[in-house]
Amino acid sequence: MTTKPVQILVICRNPEILQTILRLIRNKPEWEPAGCAPGAAALDLTGKRKFDVVLLGAGIEPHEDTQLRKSLSEHQPGVRIVQHYGGGSGLLFAEIYQALNGN
Amino acid sequence: MAQTILHKANTRGLTDLGWLKSYHTFSFANYYNPERMHFGALRVLNDDIVAGGKGFGEHPHDNMEIISIPLKGDLKHRDSMDNVAVISDGDIQAMSAGTGIFHTEFNRNTDEEVKFLQIWIYPNQLNVEPRYAQLTLNTADRHNRLQQVVSPDSDDAGIWIYQQAWFNLGQFDQGVATDYVLKGENSGVYAFIINGDVEINGQVLSSRDGLGIWEIEKLTIKALTDAEFLLMEVPLTF
Repeated sequence: MTTKPVQILVICRNPEILQTILRLIRNKPEWEPAGCAPGAAALDLTGKRKFDVVLLGAGIEPHEDTQLRKSLSEHQPGVRIVQHYGGGSGLLFAEIYQALNGN
Repeated sequence: MAQTILHKANTRGLTDLGWLKSYHTFSFANYYNPERMHFGALRVLNDDIVAGGKGFGEHPHDNMEIISIPLKGDLKHRDSMDNVAVISDGDIQAMSAGTGIFHTEFNRNTDEEVKFLQIWIYPNQLNVEPRYAQLTLNTADRHNRLQQVVSPDSDDAGIWIYQQAWFNLGQFDQGVATDYVLKGENSGVYAFIINGDVEINGQVLSSRDGLGIWEIEKLTIKALTDAEFLLMEVPLTF
């Protein structure tokens, strides 16, 4: 029996940092990431695909943050939304573990 | 009544990559301990030893105030804002990672280790323009008194960051005592002993121990041996 990987969405305006975070998450076979910049693509994705955890990274404008949270609450109630800090491996895993543990 | 949390040195997490030994007071990288997540806005306290000539290749940061305090040796920094600098014992470096910055950190010397503290503070503003700063401090100003090395105010002593945080370093002779009065509302202080034995409000601490204290207005600090220590006052909520 296989367990479905935890679905993690990373939203970040800086494309290099986004790619770094996605690469770090892919190193954990039990996690499956997707990523995009904030804006229309993020809203589209949050409306179409089911995620367990959403990480909000750098460069998201306040109105984009509000739209994203609204879209997530409508389409994916119960999804864990985490403000990601640090932009790399330092805090990333602990943030995801905390979200998965309901903290 | 004062609240405290004690983190003895030997309870810290450790990353050992051969060229790097990093002791983590709080969860960091692959060290995850849900009981050790942060002390208020203080999120990372890493006690790093990097072998000669080795270091951290290019990696990103965002939305974090990152403070480095060298304890021994020379650490070479290069970043995506074209800053190239070396920091040594007596210097302090701060980066506001904001919207994003890439940098490298290497031991400049091939024949000796570099030892430094790296401290991450949650910022009080997201997505600021990245900035880099470093400062050479007069280490005589921390002999038997507290030397402010970080503050939230660019016109105040030390280096400034985007948070209501104040750091002080002390290098005290045995028997010397002082008080520290907290500056911020809803603040706590995390004390980290760099070397020696220190008593803070009755709690005896040894080298590399950490003590968080809150719900208090003033600390009383006494060096039980010749000692060096760092006090980090940070907001408990942010």
